[in-house]
Amino acid sequence: MPTDRIDPHFRALPLAALADAALGRARELGAQHADLRVERILSQSINLRDGSVTAVSDTTAIGLAVRVVVDGVWGFASHVELTPERAAATAERAVTVARTLAPVAAERVERADEPVHAGAEWVSPYDVDPFAVPTREKIGLLAEWSQRLLAADGIDHVRIGVAQVRENKFYADTAGTSTLQQRVRIAPGITATAVDRAAGGFETMSSLAPPVGRGWEYLTGDGWDFDDELVRIPELLAEKTKAPSVRAGAYDLVIDPTNLWLTIHESVGHATEYDRAIGYEAAYAGTSFATPDRLGTLRYGSEHMHVTGDRTVPHGLATTGFDDDGVATTEWDLVRDGVLVGYQLDRTFAPRLGLERSNGCAFADSPHHVPIQRMANVSLQPDPARDTSTGDLIAGVDRGIYVVGDKSWSIDMQRYNFQFTGQRFYRIEGGELAGQLRDVAYQATTTDFWGSMDAVGGPSTWQLQGAMNCGKAQPGQIAAVSHGCPAARFRGVNVLNTQEEGR
Amino acid sequence: MTGVFRPQEVVERTLVAARHLHGCAVLVRETSEAALRWANSTMTTNGHTTSRGTTVIAFVALEGVDAGSGTPSSGVAAGVVSSSVAVTDAAQIDQLVRAAEAAARDAGPATDAVPLLEPSADEPAWEEPAAETSIGVFGPFTEGLAEVLAGPHRQYGFASHELSTVWLGTSTGIRRRWVQPTGSVELNAKTPDLTGSAWTGASTADFTDVDVVALAAEAGRRLEWSARRVTLPAGRYETLLPPSAVADLMVYLAWSMDGRPAQEGHSALAGPDGPRVGEELTGLPLTLASDPTAPGLEYEPFLTAARSGDGISVFDNGAPTRRVEWVREGRIGELVYSRAEAAEFGARFTPAGENLLLTGGAAGSTADLVARTDRGLLLTCLWYIREVDPTTLLLTGLTRDGVYLVEGGEVVGEVDHNFRFNYSPLDVLRRATEVGTTERTIPREWKDWFTRTAMPPVRVPDFNMSSVSLGR
Repeated sequence: MPTDRIDPHFRALPLAALADAALGRARELGAQHADLRVERILSQSINLRDGSVTAVSDTTAIGLAVRVVVDGVWGFASHVELTPERAAATAERAVTVARTLAPVAAERVERADEPVHAGAEWVSPYDVDPFAVPTREKIGLLAEWSQRLLAADGIDHVRIGVAQVRENKFYADTAGTSTLQQRVRIAPGITATAVDRAAGGFETMSSLAPPVGRGWEYLTGDGWDFDDELVRIPELLAEKTKAPSVRAGAYDLVIDPTNLWLTIHESVGHATEYDRAIGYEAAYAGTSFATPDRLGTLRYGSEHMHVTGDRTVPHGLATTGFDDDGVATTEWDLVRDGVLVGYQLDRTFAPRLGLERSNGCAFADSPHHVPIQRMANVSLQPDPARDTSTGDLIAGVDRGIYVVGDKSWSIDMQRYNFQFTGQRFYRIEGGELAGQLRDVAYQATTTDFWGSMDAVGGPSTWQLQGAMNCGKAQPGQIAAVSHGCPAARFRGVNVLNTQEEGR
Repeated sequence: MTGVFRPQEVVERTLVAARHLHGCAVLVRETSEAALRWANSTMTTNGHTTSRGTTVIAFVALEGVDAGSGTPSSGVAAGVVSSSVAVTDAAQIDQLVRAAEAAARDAGPATDAVPLLEPSADEPAWEEPAAETSIGVFGPFTEGLAEVLAGPHRQYGFASHELSTVWLGTSTGIRRRWVQPTGSVELNAKTPDLTGSAWTGASTADFTDVDVVALAAEAGRRLEWSARRVTLPAGRYETLLPPSAVADLMVYLAWSMDGRPAQEGHSALAGPDGPRVGEELTGLPLTLASDPTAPGLEYEPFLTAARSGDGISVFDNGAPTRRVEWVREGRIGELVYSRAEAAEFGARFTPAGENLLLTGGAAGSTADLVARTDRGLLLTCLWYIREVDPTTLLLTGLTRDGVYLVEGGEVVGEVDHNFRFNYSPLDVLRRATEVGTTERTIPREWKDWFTRTAMPPVRVPDFNMSSVSLGR
């Protein structure tokens, strides 16, 4: 028998009464649509420096939000107090906001019809709730990892931390959908530093472990081999400190999923957000070169490029059962055979693109923020026909670089020109790895870069990576999102020497 | 809020509930924010929100031996618990104190433990309620904005006003209250065909000094410059960095001035024999400072810290902030140290700042610098700035919303693309050949975290435009 995993404290809140109060009041006041969200977000961060705890911090965020459509205009209000009286009063405030804004709102809201999901529940897959593990035990593990690294030759400093989140969300709307969900995510971080005072330099090596939608079991070996990585980090760092500086120029790159995920996030994930593409973020996050008039025709990359959006992949950070519009989540194509074929949408944007259904990308990071279209897990699909290994990809390169792990990233506001560095770079000579290189950055234009992809790795190279802190909108909202990808090969990419760039 | 404890009551009740501990600090912060957002010349999302957060920091004296390792584990530990839950009864406060105490015991002795500070100033405003803003703060501004939105250009932008009231109470008797105003407006105007884009922005405490019609007129003037378009290759250009761009680069430098990594050898400010303090960056008498009393840019006269890290410690809550000169007369000045780090490294306690001013240039506006330019680029602002090489503080990023070609002392056209740059803010100071008059500005990239800046325009002879960006 599966036990009820939803936090009993959240379940004990008067959720149905809050929904009745808020939705009922909104209807009385003439709203054509109203929805209520109640959220409780627990987070804990633990940080250690050189084996000593520098900070342990526990945070609870709570609140209810009411969103209404009155005469085609959105209204929104939120409050921290979870009583039916307050829920009704918040609904009134949301209606007032909508009526106040009606004279300056040039557009009328139209929402895609979606099936009603009454009483649905969804819990993300995890084994051990991080908030059920004693903090002392967590610190003990991280301190022991710190000691292992500090004991290794050549390591001067070690920073280790872990962030953990448990998010409970209740949603109810006037159409009859009501959902109760719980998501757990965890983000470990490990960085070792080697200092060479005589040479006046220093170098770092960080863990490649991604943040994931898993529980504490992730840190004890389920989904990542930390023991192996802790052994390897000192060796890798020692090799990196002695590595030669790269010669700038065009190289063939084999990019590991631990680096490629971030390039996908920046150059495909953000570029296929519909709200950006139609100018909603023009003054802040930016727009997109991939505009809706080019849907179905824009040559995004080579024929090997198949990118999907999903909010369903197991352990994905954007994965959930239902979005903040009450829409059941799904998976769909964004780029197929190298051509732009889709966007990330919420229920308002779907009809604007001429589609009947949303693909479930509405999300708000807090009960005090309005849901907006946020990124799904945007993933590059592996070679469907052949399980090409990373070694196979490298074997096809005469002179190139194998790029592992992410570090620095930057892309322009239309998602065209980007520059990335990484954790480590290996010279490829005659199809073989020939030691690490330093000071590497690769720089490209999105469509040139994806157009130069001549092979993707098979399913065995595929990894789910991601980020906890993707930012968007004003006032700012953050979101966690995963990106799956295989290793892949790119021909003739411009590589910079970062020492020369800084001269 | 009915039944919800007043902030002062939360502080006092928490300190009573924590009487059995070695010490306690309580921070209650209430934030009131009004915001307007527009795109495609119509309002999109607007709102007025209030939120309150309570942070309890328990200081616990530990004595004994660690059961696992057998090492002595005496000392003072700190545990932090924060909550946005409305506090309506004493049991909630007891629970917060218990959770903070447990977190402290789990954390073990703190490496940044120092005695808590004693009160040093009276707080006449302690009993006053939270300051609240409202949509009304935008009164005259919205009239101007309506005029701007009805104009010929496509308008995009955001205006925000926030009043954040903090109460700090400690078991040693400190009671301080501070109201921090933070306001900003950003205006992005585009030509109807979206091929031309210009930006202006301002930071403000109360919007009485913001003339949105004038800001839009300046953006409009820049759109006129785009009537003539030129294409330029990547390369090193004499570049005029306007105050906003200088602010973004200097803010990153100020964020990189932690003392610990400089002492430990892993920072751009670390030298072979220790921190590069005193090293000359420029012969120009430039001073980069944070100053809590800078007129119009004031920030908290006392430190508040909800977590410990490099340069910051929860043990320092209530410590007076002060003017700090990060760069003094062209030389590297002070680095950030908590009180414990100051003791560890034999340095002076130096809190990070919440404003940033670069002064010491000669007379001259951005327009004056343009008039004195034979051939060069005038930028509008910078975007997506990230660190590429921490050993040199090499940063990358993009130009945004207008790169203009200057020839013979005037703007002769707009470059029809942007550039990706790679450059260190240390080199901006090292290589600056002309620095103008300091004016209040807003760093576009870091605006969500840092608005209170006053910067001059700066001429750099060889800004590294690493590649052409087709993004506009």
